[in-house]
Amino acid sequence: MDMVSSVTNFGRSGVYDWMVQRVTAIVLALYTIFMLGFILLSSDLNYATWSALFSNTWMRIFSLMALISIGAHAWVGLWTITTDYLKVTSARFIVQALCGVVMFIYFVWGVQILWGL
Amino acid sequence: MNSKRPVNLDLSKFHFPLPAITSILHRVTGVLLFIGIAFLLYGLNLSLSGEDGFAAVHGIMQSFLAKLIVWGIVSALLYHLVAGIRHLLMDMDIGETLEGGRLGAKIVVVVSIVLIVLAGVWIW
Repeated sequence: MDMVSSVTNFGRSGVYDWMVQRVTAIVLALYTIFMLGFILLSSDLNYATWSALFSNTWMRIFSLMALISIGAHAWVGLWTITTDYLKVTSARFIVQALCGVVMFIYFVWGVQILWGL
Repeated sequence: MNSKRPVNLDLSKFHFPLPAITSILHRVTGVLLFIGIAFLLYGLNLSLSGEDGFAAVHGIMQSFLAKLIVWGIVSALLYHLVAGIRHLLMDMDIGETLEGGRLGAKIVVVVSIVLIVLAGVWIW
């Protein structure tokens, strides 16, 4: 049995990518529901409440987990989409590289927001 | 791969059943969210920069364009979330039959539309 593998695969194996996609999906689903819930339930959201939330260590850990999950989740998803639709290797490589750069920018930017208060 | 096999990739001639549409929408919303994160991080950064920054985000959110962009991102997020939960359920062998797949796709569409409309009401 030969597993489908490619050098740009996230984990060099489809099964690993599948697992990464599920685990990160659960983290992102929980973060989304938490954030929507927090904003909806805070009837009068102000700066004090908002900055207090993000000054908690657990919230920074939770947010960093979500940030890392976005990177991995988006990589697997965008890799799948680009390999499906971009048949020219050079074009696919450029788009994938661009996605990688954007993910890295998001990650560093996010860390800066979380710890640069 | 046998290169002589017949291939028809004229998408305009394809009939797309609902599960195919919900699947492609999952991809489309995923790409949109990847772009949307830039707006969310911008807003998060500004809102946490201080009282003035928080007020600035509040001010930006009064404009129609900002509301439209945020509604777009939230809509993509809600759809992607609902369709994603369906994926996880299908991993657990729930709704994996042909009929189950068709019903699941209908449920995804209905639940997403309801949530997207509610989000629109909430934003405006």
